[in-house]
Amino acid sequence: MVTTIGILGAGRVGSAIARTALEAGYALHIAGSGPAADIQLIVDIVTPGAVAMTAAEVAATSDLVVLAVPMHKFRSVDPATLAGRLVLDTMNYWQPIDGQLDEFAGDPRGSSEVVAEYFAGARLVKTLNHIGYHDLETDARPAGADDRHALAIAGDADAASVVAEVIERFGFDAVYAGPLEAGVAFEPGSPVFGGRHTAAELTAELELAARETEAA
Amino acid sequence: MEIGAYSFGDTPLNPDGSPRSTAEGIRNLFDAIVVADRAGLDYFGIGEHHTVSMPASSPGAVIAAAAAATSQIILGSAASIISTDDPVRVFQQLATADAISGGGRVEITAGRGSSVETFPLFGYDLADYDRLYAEKLDLLMTINNSPTETVSWSGTVRPTLDELAVVPRPFAGRLPIWLATGGNAASSARAGKLGLPVSYGIIGGEPHRFKPLTELYRRSAAQAGHTEGVDAENIKVSVATFGLVAPTKQEALDRFYPGWHNLNVEMGRLRGWGAPDRRQYLAQSHAPGAYYVGDPDDVAERIVHLHGYLGHMRHFLQGDLGGLPHEHLLESLTLLATEVKPRVARLLAAK
Ligand SMILES: NC(=O)c1ccc[n+]([C@@H]2O[C@H](COP(=O)([O-])OP(=O)(O)OC[C@H]3O[C@@H](n4cnc5c(N)ncnc54)[C@H](OP(=O)(O)O)[C@@H]3O)[C@@H](O)[C@H]2O)c1
Repeated sequence: MVTTIGILGAGRVGSAIARTALEAGYALHIAGSGPAADIQLIVDIVTPGAVAMTAAEVAATSDLVVLAVPMHKFRSVDPATLAGRLVLDTMNYWQPIDGQLDEFAGDPRGSSEVVAEYFAGARLVKTLNHIGYHDLETDARPAGADDRHALAIAGDADAASVVAEVIERFGFDAVYAGPLEAGVAFEPGSPVFGGRHTAAELTAELELAARETEAA
Repeated sequence: MEIGAYSFGDTPLNPDGSPRSTAEGIRNLFDAIVVADRAGLDYFGIGEHHTVSMPASSPGAVIAAAAAATSQIILGSAASIISTDDPVRVFQQLATADAISGGGRVEITAGRGSSVETFPLFGYDLADYDRLYAEKLDLLMTINNSPTETVSWSGTVRPTLDELAVVPRPFAGRLPIWLATGGNAASSARAGKLGLPVSYGIIGGEPHRFKPLTELYRRSAAQAGHTEGVDAENIKVSVATFGLVAPTKQEALDRFYPGWHNLNVEMGRLRGWGAPDRRQYLAQSHAPGAYYVGDPDDVAERIVHLHGYLGHMRHFLQGDLGGLPHEHLLESLTLLATEVKPRVARLLAAK
């Protein structure tokens, strides 16, 4: 069970996830690229209740580590610190923001598969990438609410079920898409990306994508 | 509270949706600034984009022309993408416009841009994104704070200035320099630490949720000693959002929607979003959403509501996007100046 969530990246996405997690009752550790002191004031004011640490400390002390760094910087995270860890990949490859990155543009696989190769040894799950960071806090709803939105999860089934519980506590229905390869169905350019879906709508989109992949 | 507008230029569309000329977009922008000045609007910001739909690539040139044709409005870049420009040139262009304006009406807002279209255009490497911004901001501030024409500076992203003249100097000695940010906490902290006024571009979500960022900004400024003495008047916040004013809320919603839709289709193609959702548009166009689209009462009330959270001293709206008919922009600018501004003043005074 997850009681402490750690976030790598104290930017827009990292802060929004941090506040959501704190609101949901998790202990929260967070790091930027440098020493904890660099983000102390930010953390005190923007994500009060979170504990600022270095990235290595966050990785070592959290049950679930969230990658919320820009995609063009993911290699600045030391893979040794994440070996054996449950890791949540929120990152998208966005050409207009990241510039041309051949390792993603030139690879037919989903971005999380490329990222997982680098973090070999981590149990990597993809989710939280297809919702805008300012929607995360405004769209969260209690379980059962009519207007509750759903978020897709891809990864190994055991790891994904642990993360699904976290997503539910964040205020969203979790819909399992399948192993990490299934993550392409909710990457930028997919019908799911950036849209708002109920669990039934999202399930239908993911099934449609799975059938298309099979047919191809 | 100052009320204003900003624009990246908006290339008009033909009835079949195809773009007309980018030159027409610039001419419309110029005309709009003149109308805004006559109507009594406080501020007009000219952004920097390099796309067919948003052709305002040279804020300095538009501001210099507008400086000659207007008499009271404050003109500023919103923002100058300094990472991929030469701060010496940015300063010279805006200081030239300041001279033409008669002095005291021209500002620079420095930013790094939310998209990276200027990197290939001007031959920069995205790997240097952070360093380019930090150093060029430092150079821009060094030039602006220089007591004389002669400036010295050295760094890694541009040749050294060894006691070289950078002219003209602004009438008031310095230009106001603002820092633009889209909501990254580190940028708010940076603006406070540097003692620069901060300009928030809020394009989605619920704007009042920026409150912690303004607190972070003010606390960072206080820690760095910028909230005492003459520096203190520099510690202030402005807010830029989407918005359009029309005689009725329904007209405003109907007028702004097609352009919003077009913009989102274009952005969606670049960033992989699905089709724009009208429900989302309507949600964002009502309190507490981020689109200030409405009649004068509605827009004024929402600006004042936001002021209760952020304490901003200027709120400026972008209405011309996605091919908004020009007359709708002009009417919005006029209503902003003549109807929204006095309502905001009245509501704030009553608080
Ligand atoms: N925009 C969206 O709505 C959205 C939605 C879902 C997912 N995403 C994804 O979320 C990710 C983050 O985006 P963002 O907009 O939050 O970026 P951002 O505002 O630029 O923030 C990035 C943060 O990552 C930190 N960082 C960089 N390298 C690091 C490292 N090695 N260890 C720890 N922290 C590090 C940065 O710290 P420094 O300042 O110290 O460098 C900064 O705090 C991206 O991959 C994006 O694709 C975005």
